[in-house]
Amino acid sequence: MIIEIAHFSLILTFMISLVQSTVPLFGAQKNWVNWMRLADKTALIQFVLTCFGFGVLIHAFSVSDFSVKLVALNSHSLKPLIYKITGTWGNHEGSMLLWILIINLYGFLIVLFGKKLPLGLRCRVLSVQGVISAAFLGFLLFTSNPFSRELYPPANGNGLNPVLQDLGLAFHPPFLYLGYVGLSVTFSFAMAALIQGKIDAAWARWVRPWAVSAWVFLTIGISLGSYWAYYELGWGGWWFWDPVENASFMPWLVATALLHSAIVVEKRNTLKSWTILLAILAFSFSLIGTFIVRSGVLTSVHSFASDPTRGIYLLIIVFMFILCSLTLYAVRFSSIKSINQFTFLSRESGLVMNNLLLSASAVIVFVGTLWPLLIETLLSEKMSVGAPFFNIAFTPFMVLLGLLLPVGALLPWRKSKIKRLKPSLLAIGIFSVVSGSVVWSLQTGTRILGPVGVSLSIWIILGSLFDVSKNSTIANGKFLRRYFRLNNLPRYELGKSFAHIGFGLMIFGISAVSAWEVEDIRIVHLNEPYQVRGYTFELIAVSEFPVSNYITRRGSLLVKKDERTLATLLPEKRYYPVQATTTTEASINSNIFRDIYVVLGDRNSENSWVVRTYIKPFILWIWIGAFCIAIGGVVSLSDRRYRMASSYSNKLVKL
Amino acid sequence: MLSRKRKRIRLIFLGLTLLVASALLVGYAMKDGIEFFKTPSELIDDPPPFGKRFRLGGVVSPGSIEVSTDGSVSFEVADQSASIQVIFFGILPDLFEENQGVITTGILTKENLFSADEVLAKHDENYMPKELVDSLKERGVYVKPLKD
Repeated sequence: MIIEIAHFSLILTFMISLVQSTVPLFGAQKNWVNWMRLADKTALIQFVLTCFGFGVLIHAFSVSDFSVKLVALNSHSLKPLIYKITGTWGNHEGSMLLWILIINLYGFLIVLFGKKLPLGLRCRVLSVQGVISAAFLGFLLFTSNPFSRELYPPANGNGLNPVLQDLGLAFHPPFLYLGYVGLSVTFSFAMAALIQGKIDAAWARWVRPWAVSAWVFLTIGISLGSYWAYYELGWGGWWFWDPVENASFMPWLVATALLHSAIVVEKRNTLKSWTILLAILAFSFSLIGTFIVRSGVLTSVHSFASDPTRGIYLLIIVFMFILCSLTLYAVRFSSIKSINQFTFLSRESGLVMNNLLLSASAVIVFVGTLWPLLIETLLSEKMSVGAPFFNIAFTPFMVLLGLLLPVGALLPWRKSKIKRLKPSLLAIGIFSVVSGSVVWSLQTGTRILGPVGVSLSIWIILGSLFDVSKNSTIANGKFLRRYFRLNNLPRYELGKSFAHIGFGLMIFGISAVSAWEVEDIRIVHLNEPYQVRGYTFELIAVSEFPVSNYITRRGSLLVKKDERTLATLLPEKRYYPVQATTTTEASINSNIFRDIYVVLGDRNSENSWVVRTYIKPFILWIWIGAFCIAIGGVVSLSDRRYRMASSYSNKLVKL
Repeated sequence: MLSRKRKRIRLIFLGLTLLVASALLVGYAMKDGIEFFKTPSELIDDPPPFGKRFRLGGVVSPGSIEVSTDGSVSFEVADQSASIQVIFFGILPDLFEENQGVITTGILTKENLFSADEVLAKHDENYMPKELVDSLKERGVYVKPLKD
C-alpha cells in the first residue's frame, strides 16, 4: 500500500512541478505577486513529496520487499543492510529518483537561502527548476517507474552487482549528483536573468555561491569515484578516460571556468554574456553526462540496463534544454552589455585565459568522448578513443594552465604593475626549474615527465603561497602580526590559494606516479620471497572462507624493507554465489611517499598464484590535491560577502 | 588604451588560435589514440598493419586456454567463421571463461598471433561490451541476459 502511495506522491510531484514551471513564470511577466509567490510553496511541497517517495523506496530496499520489481531485480535478502540501503540508488530507476530528489532539494535550498532575492528573480529561477524537475519526473514515471509491482513476488532477489557492494556507493553517487544537479541552479539563474533581461554584479554575487558549492560537490564526487575505481577495480589505475568518467569531468571543467568568470562579473561587471553562456554549457554538459551514463549508449558499471525508449526520451530532454536555452541566449545576447575595459596584463585577462584554456580542454574531452559514437552512427565502424588520445591532446592545455596560473592569480585588477611582481615571480620560476633539474639528475632513466611535473607543481604552489604572503605582508610585519593579518584575509582569497595549491599537489601526484610507477606481474610460490624496487614480498598463506554473502580467497603477503616488516597485505578474490560473480579486492599499503598495491590473481598450480604488484610513488597526492581543491571551495563559500548576499535587502531592488 | 573593437578582435583571435591548436592536437592525437574494433573474421579479411593497435573481440574458444609457466596466457578468440590466437601476459579479469565474450587490446605480431596487453571480459552477469553484443547479434548467436 505504502508503495502505491509513494508512487502517487511522485505523480503528484510531477503535476506540481508542471504548475511550478508555468504559473510563477507567467505571474512574473505580468507582475502578479500572488502567482509569483506560489513558486516558494510548490518548491517546498515538491521537496517533501520526493523525500517521502525516496524514503519509501529506501524502506522497500532495506526490508527486502520483493513485491517491488526494482527490489527483486537489484537486491537480495542476504546482503548486508548497508548495501541494501545504498543499493537503492545502485540501479537505473533508483538513481534517477535520487537525481530528482536532489533537484528538488536545490529548489528547497533556493527558497531557504534566497529569501532576500528579488521576488522576480527568485520565482523565475524556481520556475526553470520546475521545468527541469518536470522533465525528469516525466522520464521517471513514463519510462523507469521505480515502484512497479511484481505480480508474483520471487522468494529472493537477484542481488546487487558485487562491484557496487562497497562503501563507495554510499558516497560517490550522492556527491556526484549534488554536483551535477547543483549546476542546474546556476543554469536556472542564467535563464532567469535572460528572461528578465537584467544581469549585474549583484546577480553574480548570488550565483557564485551556488556555482562554487556545485563545483565542490562535483570535485568530491569525481575524486571519490576515482579513488573507488583505484582500489576496487584492481587495475591499479586511478583515471581511465572512460566515457563515463569524462561525462562527469566535462561539467567540472566548464564549472571551473564558470566560477572564475563569475568573479569577473562580480568584481568588474564585465564578461557577462560569456558567464551566462558558461552557466548554460555547464548544465548542458551535466545533462549530456546524464544521457551518456543513463541511456545505455555506452556500457560500463554505471549503465545498469539499457532500454531504447529511455535513451530516446533522455536524448529529447537533453536536446530540448540545450536548444531552448541557447535560443534564448541568442535572442537576448545583444541586450547584455559589459561596460568595463581591461588591459592585456590584468587579472581579468588572466581569468579570460583560464576560461579559454578550460573551455578548450573541455572541447577536447567532448570530442574524444563522442567521437566513437559519431563514427559508429555515420560510418557504422566501431572504434574506441583511448587514454593515449587524451594524454596527447589534453595534457598541453593543463600544462599551459599551470604555467599561467600563478601569474594570472597575482595580477591586480584592471591595470598591471607587473614590474613589482617580476623579481619574485622570476625567483620562484628559477627555483622550480632548478628543483626540476635536481629531480631529473636524481632519477634513473631519462623520462622528462617527472621533473617537468615537479617544476610545474612547485611553480604553482610557491606562486600561490607568495600570493597569500603578499596579501598578508605589512611594512615591518612580524610573524604574529602576519598571522593575524592572514586571519583577516578575505576568505575567498584564502580559498583561492587553497584550491590553487591543491591543483599543484595534484599535478605533482599525477606526474610522479605516471613517471615512476613500477608494475610487476609474476607467478609467486608460497614462501618464496621476491623483490620489487627494494621491497621484499613473501606470500605466506592463501586461505578460503565464507563471509556474509560471499566466499573469499585471501592471500597474505609479508612486505619487508631492509629486513624490517612494513605490512601484511591481504589481497582477496571474492566469489558471490547469488550472481555467480567474482570480484578482485586489491590490498593497498598507503603513505604519502608511495602506495604498495597488490592483487591476487588466479591459481597457477598447487602452491603458486599469479600476483600483480605495483609500487606507486606519491599517488596519494592526487587525492590530497583534490581534497585541497574542494576545501578551497568551502573556505571561499564561508566568505562574509556571500552570507551578506543571501541576506541582501529587498529594498535595494525596489529602488 | 586600445579601442574596444581592437580588444575584442584580439580576444577572438586568441580564441581562434586556441581552437586551431586544439583541432591540430586532436588530429595528431587521433593518429595513435584511437583503436578500431575488429572481429577475427574481419581481421582475416582485412588485416591491419603489424604494430598498429586495435581491439579484437569475440568468444573464447573452449579448451584453448593455456597458462604457461612464465605467467603468460594464451587462448583463442573466435567468431563463427574464424579464430585468432591471443597471447596475454598478466592477470585475467574475474569473469574470463571459455565460451565467454572478451575484448582484447593489442597488436598483431605475426600472422594470426595477437599480442594483447589488455583483456576485458564481462563486468558482471549483465554487462558485456557493446561492440561485442552488436557483433554477436549480427551473427545471431547473442543470448540475451536474464535480467532485462
